[in-house]
Amino acid sequence: MLTYTFRRLLISIPTLLFIAFVIFMLLELAPGDPMAQMPLTIPPEVKEKMRLALGLGEPWWVRFPLWLKQFFIVEPQYWIDSAFGTNFADGAQRIISFQSRSPVFDTIAQRLPQTLWVVGMSYVVGVLIALPIGIISAYRQYSVFDQVGTFVSMIGFSVPPFFSGVLLIVIFSVSLGWLPSIYDTTHAVRDWDSFVFQLRQMVMPVMVLALQTTAQVSRYMRASMLDNLGQDYVRTARAKGMSESTVVMKHVLRNSMIPVITVIALGIPSIFGGAIITEQIFKVNGLGQLLIIALQGNDIPMVMTLTFLFAVLIVMFNLIADVLYGVFDPRIRYD
Amino acid sequence: MKMKTILMGAAASLAFGQMAQAEGHEGERGRDGQLGIIYWQAPSIMNAYLSGGTKDIEAASLVTEPLGRYDETGAPVPWLVDEIPTVENGGVADDLTSITWKLKEGLLWSDGTPLTSADVVFTADYCMNPEGGCAQLAKFEGVKSVEAVDDLTVKVTFNAPQPNPYGPFMGNQSPIIQAAQFADCTGAKAPECTDANFMPIGTGPFVVTDFRTNDVIQLEANPNYRDPMKPAFQTVTFKGGGDAEAAGRAVLQTGEFDYAWNLQLAPDVITAMAEGGVGTPISAFGTLVERIEMNLTDPSPDLPEGERSTAAHPHPFLSDEKVRRALSMAIDRDLLVEVGYGQAGRPTCNLVPAPAMYASDNTGCLTQDLEGAKALLEEAGWTDTDGDGVRDKDGVALNILYQTSTNAVRQDFQALIKDWWEQIGASVELRNIDGSVFFGGDPGSPDTFQKFYADVEMYANNFDGTDPQAYLAAYTCDKAPRPETGWQGENINRYCDPAYDALVAELGATADLDERGRIAKQLNDMVTKDSMTIVPLVDRGRVSAHANSLGGVKLNTWDSELWNVADWYRIKQ
Repeated sequence: MLTYTFRRLLISIPTLLFIAFVIFMLLELAPGDPMAQMPLTIPPEVKEKMRLALGLGEPWWVRFPLWLKQFFIVEPQYWIDSAFGTNFADGAQRIISFQSRSPVFDTIAQRLPQTLWVVGMSYVVGVLIALPIGIISAYRQYSVFDQVGTFVSMIGFSVPPFFSGVLLIVIFSVSLGWLPSIYDTTHAVRDWDSFVFQLRQMVMPVMVLALQTTAQVSRYMRASMLDNLGQDYVRTARAKGMSESTVVMKHVLRNSMIPVITVIALGIPSIFGGAIITEQIFKVNGLGQLLIIALQGNDIPMVMTLTFLFAVLIVMFNLIADVLYGVFDPRIRYD
Repeated sequence: MKMKTILMGAAASLAFGQMAQAEGHEGERGRDGQLGIIYWQAPSIMNAYLSGGTKDIEAASLVTEPLGRYDETGAPVPWLVDEIPTVENGGVADDLTSITWKLKEGLLWSDGTPLTSADVVFTADYCMNPEGGCAQLAKFEGVKSVEAVDDLTVKVTFNAPQPNPYGPFMGNQSPIIQAAQFADCTGAKAPECTDANFMPIGTGPFVVTDFRTNDVIQLEANPNYRDPMKPAFQTVTFKGGGDAEAAGRAVLQTGEFDYAWNLQLAPDVITAMAEGGVGTPISAFGTLVERIEMNLTDPSPDLPEGERSTAAHPHPFLSDEKVRRALSMAIDRDLLVEVGYGQAGRPTCNLVPAPAMYASDNTGCLTQDLEGAKALLEEAGWTDTDGDGVRDKDGVALNILYQTSTNAVRQDFQALIKDWWEQIGASVELRNIDGSVFFGGDPGSPDTFQKFYADVEMYANNFDGTDPQAYLAAYTCDKAPRPETGWQGENINRYCDPAYDALVAELGATADLDERGRIAKQLNDMVTKDSMTIVPLVDRGRVSAHANSLGGVKLNTWDSELWNVADWYRIKQ
């Protein structure tokens, strides 16, 4: 198992380098200009000077290795420096955003908490709701509960967050005035009241996102349970006189969880990717909003770094899901 | 109509607000607690010199201030100085080659150190550094030197006589930054000073306490602000991001914020929101004009790259002045305003719609005249000879490619104008291009507005400050985008008239304001009503909104919307 993991890690290095190159070239070849959002009153000569100051005068074969160096050497040096007070980096140029002229990783670190709180929480909530729904729906297939569950998942799959989010705001913020429509990212939880406020501002974005997660995971859970419920070992277990709860919760559930765990693990990188639309609607201003603003402003270093980080996470969680398979399913052995 | 009532209400409440102020809205600094401002475009940086974006410049105007700025009527007001230098008061040299600013005495930075002429000189050096990539370099164009005469006096010398010497240090794009804080941030080092760029030390009413880029800024009252009674608010939360609709909702419906900037929304949406009764939309007009630009050169794809859309090939039909005039006559500008902007727009025939001193009395285009347009085309020999419904002449048909940026209002305008133009016998193909490409200026892209690979295109433009000289000078022959200039240049139409160039030169050498006004109007008329090279459509105003409990707001399109935030206060109910 260890050798397998190690081998996979090694293979992922060229994979990631290739991904980095593809992202860079896509951004390079795509039309667009970081100066496009500047007002037309700024003369073209000044814009040209600003482009040069951003380093855009260099050709791509200079800028791509520079980015690699900054990402893999300079940035880790800064992290080590700030953790241990050393001076490896020695003032080397970090990856600087075109829009804010500040280090890209500082902004990402600033955004991560919001995203983890809201999107991460919605993932947890979504999974916690989805699992029981999936189990009951499968066990009582075609019952009223199953039909309602299917209906709700259908809504989750088909209603986009830019509709459900705005609908919730109109109902709960505008008409009823119960919940804030704009997320306060500076809010710090200190006491009970501030915790309640945090809950209130999180409720709507979390529910909008959880609906989507619930829809997906509950369908997987249901399908996986249905597969297993028809198996011979279930009949054997019942024939041995085991109680229904033992049969379903111990034997069937454990076996059904194997594919579902993979699906859940593969979904985790999407938490870090943020929820672009939902974050935008509720002004959560996490990583998703950061990415979309960087895209709109053609902030190449920010887009490049964020997209590459997502790629790293996806590659890693694919590996983790594969390893988990081996752990949970005794039939799979990698060595 | 509803919108009008609301706006009149806004005006009334403003007037009332000012009366109320006179009746005792004074008090100690920070008396009114918290102010919430929402900009749907999130500020990225607090340094006006490193970003040309309005959102960044306006956020920075809470902290850093220029020597002089423009009020809501466009008139200059002294800000960090006692008076605006003019030729009359001796501040501007008689030969117009220098301007001398005298700082107010006793001004302090927010860190308690005094503001001196050295800071002003440093600001100029910072922006004029060739490696800094300063976004406001145009403000310092023609500046030969900036020197400190004494601690409070700064003299700006120009290379040549400068009839409008108010480029440097005037208006929100040119604020004074602290020399001590930015000393190590000049030239290529400018982008590395994250702390200074995010939390500048300023002379303005507020100080940044927490800056989160593209998200939220928290500020508190500047303890060293020059007026001990101001600002009325102790803290400011400046939230960014989302969309104009959400910002409008937060001020007009839920009341979570006090001020929302630039609500670019359909008129009926704003009206519906304002019915919430929590806030009031306000509007004001500046110089932003939505216009159709006619391409005077041939954009035909049959021409080789490098000759397409250049002066080498005149346009097959738009070089005929009568065709351009007929196209303008076919447009119903009132309907465009009603559909796209409501009270935030008014029809115009001028490239320079304001200030009054420079605005021509040109109203000839305001009435739609489809029959007249058809007659004009007939007269010029454009008839439908082959019976395909499209007018032609000498084998050239009126097939118009009409491009603009992707934007709901612009696409509505395209559809309406296409219909009118087809009624007078032209065939119109529409095209819209993503704004980041269209306005991007990438010389490799065929889709930029500068390259103009289309017959006509529509967008909006304006000028900074109140003087239109640079704006009008954009239509001289040498400013045409072409391969030799890397397709940069502001003369989008490739308009070229030696008489116009001569008049621009004359404007540059004239200091007398009345005479400047006359020349500017003549220049405006030459490119609009005389030649129909530029077909202005709508003078676009700005709509913002403030909570009904927020007093002192004066919407200013000539400077930052937050220009007088120090005077804002909470109306006690």
